[in-house]
Amino acid sequence: MEPTNVKDPEYYHKVVDCQYACPAHTPVPEYIRLIAAGKYTEAYMVNWESNVFPGILGRTCDRPCEPACRRGRLEEEPVAICRLKRVAADNKGDISAFIPGPSSISNGKKIALIGAGPSALTVARDLAPLGYEIHLFDDQDKGGGMMRSQIPSFRLPAEVLDGEVSQILNMGIHTHFKTYVSSLKELLNKKYDAVFIGTGAPKGRDLPDLEGRKIGDKNIHIGIEWLASVAFEHTDSIGEKVIVLGGGNTAMDCCRTSRRLGGKSVKVVVRSPFAEMKASPWEKEDAVHEDIPIIDNHVPLSFVTENGKLVGMNFDKVHPVYDSEGKRKLVSTGESPVFIEADDVLIAIGQENSFPWIERDLGIEFDKWEMPVVDKDTFVSQLPNVFFGGDSALGPKNVITAVAQGHQAAISIDLFCNGKALTERPAPFTNLFSTKMGIHEWSYNNDISNDLRFIVPQASKEETLKDRKKEVELGFNLPTGFKEAQRCLNCDVQTVFTESKCIECDACMDICPTNCITFTANGEEQDLRSRLMVPALNTTQDLLVSSKLATGRVMVKDEDVCLHCGLCAERCPTSAWDMQQFLYKVTKAGNSCH
Amino acid sequence: MTYLRPKFAHPNLPKNKLGFTRKEYEGSLSTLCAGCGHDSISAAIVEACWEMNIEPHKVAKMSGIGCSSKTPAYFLSNSHGFNSVHGRMPSVATGANMANRELVYLGVSGDGDSASIGMGQFVHVIRRNLNMVYIVMNNGCYGLTKGQDSATADVGSKSKSGSINQFEGIDLCGLAIELGATFVAQSFSGDKSQLIPIIQAAISHPGFALINVLSPCVTFNNNVGSTKSYDYVRQHIEATSTVDFVPFMNEIKTDYQNDEVKMVEMHDGSWLRLHKLSQSWNPDDKLSAINALQNSHLNQEILTGILYIDNKSLETHALLGTTEIPLNKLDESTLCPKDGFLEELNSSFR
Ligand SMILES: Cc1cc2nc3c(=O)[nH]c(=O)nc-3n(C[C@H](O)[C@H](O)[C@H](O)COP(=O)(O)OP(=O)(O)OC[C@H]3O[C@@H](n4cnc5c(N)ncnc54)[C@H](O)[C@@H]3O)c2cc1C
Ligand SMILES: Cc1ncc(C[n+]2csc(CCOP(=O)(O)OP(=O)(O)O)c2C)c(N)n1
Ligand code: SF4
Ligand code: SF4
Ligand code: SF4
Ligand SMILES: [Mg+2]
Repeated sequence: MEPTNVKDPEYYHKVVDCQYACPAHTPVPEYIRLIAAGKYTEAYMVNWESNVFPGILGRTCDRPCEPACRRGRLEEEPVAICRLKRVAADNKGDISAFIPGPSSISNGKKIALIGAGPSALTVARDLAPLGYEIHLFDDQDKGGGMMRSQIPSFRLPAEVLDGEVSQILNMGIHTHFKTYVSSLKELLNKKYDAVFIGTGAPKGRDLPDLEGRKIGDKNIHIGIEWLASVAFEHTDSIGEKVIVLGGGNTAMDCCRTSRRLGGKSVKVVVRSPFAEMKASPWEKEDAVHEDIPIIDNHVPLSFVTENGKLVGMNFDKVHPVYDSEGKRKLVSTGESPVFIEADDVLIAIGQENSFPWIERDLGIEFDKWEMPVVDKDTFVSQLPNVFFGGDSALGPKNVITAVAQGHQAAISIDLFCNGKALTERPAPFTNLFSTKMGIHEWSYNNDISNDLRFIVPQASKEETLKDRKKEVELGFNLPTGFKEAQRCLNCDVQTVFTESKCIECDACMDICPTNCITFTANGEEQDLRSRLMVPALNTTQDLLVSSKLATGRVMVKDEDVCLHCGLCAERCPTSAWDMQQFLYKVTKAGNSCH
Repeated sequence: MTYLRPKFAHPNLPKNKLGFTRKEYEGSLSTLCAGCGHDSISAAIVEACWEMNIEPHKVAKMSGIGCSSKTPAYFLSNSHGFNSVHGRMPSVATGANMANRELVYLGVSGDGDSASIGMGQFVHVIRRNLNMVYIVMNNGCYGLTKGQDSATADVGSKSKSGSINQFEGIDLCGLAIELGATFVAQSFSGDKSQLIPIIQAAISHPGFALINVLSPCVTFNNNVGSTKSYDYVRQHIEATSTVDFVPFMNEIKTDYQNDEVKMVEMHDGSWLRLHKLSQSWNPDDKLSAINALQNSHLNQEILTGILYIDNKSLETHALLGTTEIPLNKLDESTLCPKDGFLEELNSSFR
């Protein structure tokens, strides 16, 4: 293999598994170390800079970082990255001095943002300090988008949401709440320099053709509409027997909210097998904990009504059959339909985009699924001054994806307003420095904690089921938060190898607790992977390959299960290994334009 | 500074026939200087024992005093160990071996420990052909006491402080062959591919097996001008053969035997496959081994590999006709036979 090009910032970035997996590339180990040091404010600010909503995300993030976490490849559970973020948010001090207020400069450009969800709020936050005049339109009476209308208060208290949303609105944003934009054409005529559309995926799927749908309508609700009406206090009760259809996170929020509004026998009924449900494992756990059975492999057949009123539903029992490519088909077991009683049914089987307010003759192209054609790197539409982000751009995802897309759209808008090509994107900010403090001393804590993942305590069920606004999770207390933080392996502290210093004493190879390092004859990647101390079977993880050493061999390090313990560097007599801290920050609007 | 070995291991770590990974053969974290050759030898011992499926509790690690003699703490932490007095490891090992012949005796010593204060003991344990592996971690100096020249330092070798050694160095391998050692090998800490099979062969050998391992002292004897530095050893190394240890190979194809390949059957049924790199040398011919060693001195070469092996040797127990049973397993009835037995014995002398 050719020697690894470690000058490419993406090489070391990829080693930081959590950060690489985070859509916004939050420098996770950086903030976890700050939490361990008791510097909650600083930890919060590291988060705020990259993901904008640390308090919200520390409670609700989909956490793509956790399945990627290195620790999960070494023991059962990854670091509780998400809940550590909450520790920073809950314990931070006064941050007002660090959050920009209204900008004192103006660049004379006016931007309209449609929708006040996380994507648009991110664009606002990134652009307002640069002197842009931001106009934010939303049909709700407050900002937050679906974080307000959909995510229930028992998962995300209003104070936390209000706090982080107003941090942005206070940057001199011109808000136009309770304003539904019914025509993009009209808005474009108002001479904004650019328009950002972050209107989400507001339409919940229905089962319009299922027998009994119309007759039972009064007691059949679309999940996301129903959740919004609960959030806005138009709905405060539900029948005792409730069926929730669907297996995603919306279904989990619907069933748990039902339990709080009077549902005594609430059941989730889902077509797919339990293990294949879309909902995150922890959301399923929480639902089951609240005495909500999840009945899998049941396909809805009909709504059953009596005297014009819903009394339940019929389901066909199925079992999954997989073809040779692993594609699933649900095949009926042939048993007679299963009847489940219900006073109310909530349909939570997916969301769709809908853009009735965008005229189709403006130059914005829509594909056959009625989705706008959007560049997935720059987020520009076919109209050079109209940008998309969040669920409205590439379909429904989650808050952190909306934030990441907001950042990218903001960069594009800034480039566009400065007459630059959208492809001339500023490079990421990187830094690499030695952590060496003495012969065997490092500026990071290189001891490896053996603790297993700590469980986040919850308020008692008796208490939380009584009050839909009572937050269920209590968050880590500080001592537990510290111990959980110590589980992080500091994957950003890179093992940096200098060929010219190596005397090939093998000490690093001998000491490495996870046998990452091998000195051997060079070869093609596949061959080399098979000849290491322990064969490198995980091809998603890179090999660090040196240039040729004095004896003709090369040093090959498999990044897969490196503990970043620094033992190689401690045992190296010549400091050919050094532990160097790598900081990678995604570029932001304004970084290279002016 | 890390004092504790992290508990995590590679999830795909291979297991040997006993179901153990290499982790079960490791010791505590070394406190030797970073880059010390002794640590590489410890790692080779770990690998050799793991590969040979040796049960760790069936090994006794014996040592004297010195950095080298500290290493038993850094490998096989599930084995028995005795860290004895300076230069006195051979007599303690002899006692232990006499008492319990069922263990593998792994003696670890240094050039100071063996060639100076312990020379008398070294000589006699060879004479007795005690069944043990005797590894000398040879760095040409007293590492533990800050690098004074040892008796194996070569004439003309320069110390870190710049002084030149005036005295003739002792060649432990030549001496051992002279004294009748039945297995004599030389290797380099920086060449595990050779060292590991040599250790395995030494463990299989029924009798005294000496492995003199050049093991650079990074702190006191790795300077320019030293003949025991990483650079010097790498430049002057000359292998007699490449060594493969073939455990319990039942059928040996005769065509393996030719001028280049020499197969040596070990006592326990395993085989050594030596790819000879020199035609004038034969590992079971004492004279050729002595010649090869002397020639290497003249040519300023460091000869490595298994230099001499007598696989039909009789070890101490066989020579003395001692009981097959370890002393701790001898029960009262065996130790105190009935009256009649004494009479029988006495009458046999009449
Ligand atoms: C029940 C439910 C639970 C969820 N839970 C989580 C979770 O725990 N974690 C997570 O990460 N994600 C969760 N999500 C997904 C997450 O809420 C969204 O992915 C995210 O909010 C999308 O952000 P956005 O910026 O695209 O806009 P949205 O949050 O969708 O906001 C769009 C805003 O635009 C407004 N709007 C739409 N059209 C117009 C118009 N024409 N004029 C004016 N205003 C308009 C809408 O009213 C809304 O306020 C959940 C979603 C649902 C449905
Ligand atoms: C009876 C006695 N005399 C002297 C010493 C001091 N001493 C400790 S280690 C050592 C030499 C060790 O040299 P070597 O065996 O080569 O080991 P190394 O440290 O080089 O591995 C000496 C002389 C001692 N500990 N005991
Ligand atoms: S151990 Fe820490 S730095 Fe490494 S992937 Fe997990 S959270 Fe990230
Ligand atoms: S930091 Fe070095 S010693 Fe530690 S696991 Fe990684 S490669 Fe091995
Ligand atoms: S410990 Fe240092 S000098 Fe020795 S082999 Fe490793 S990198 Fe090279
Ligand atoms: Mg010595």
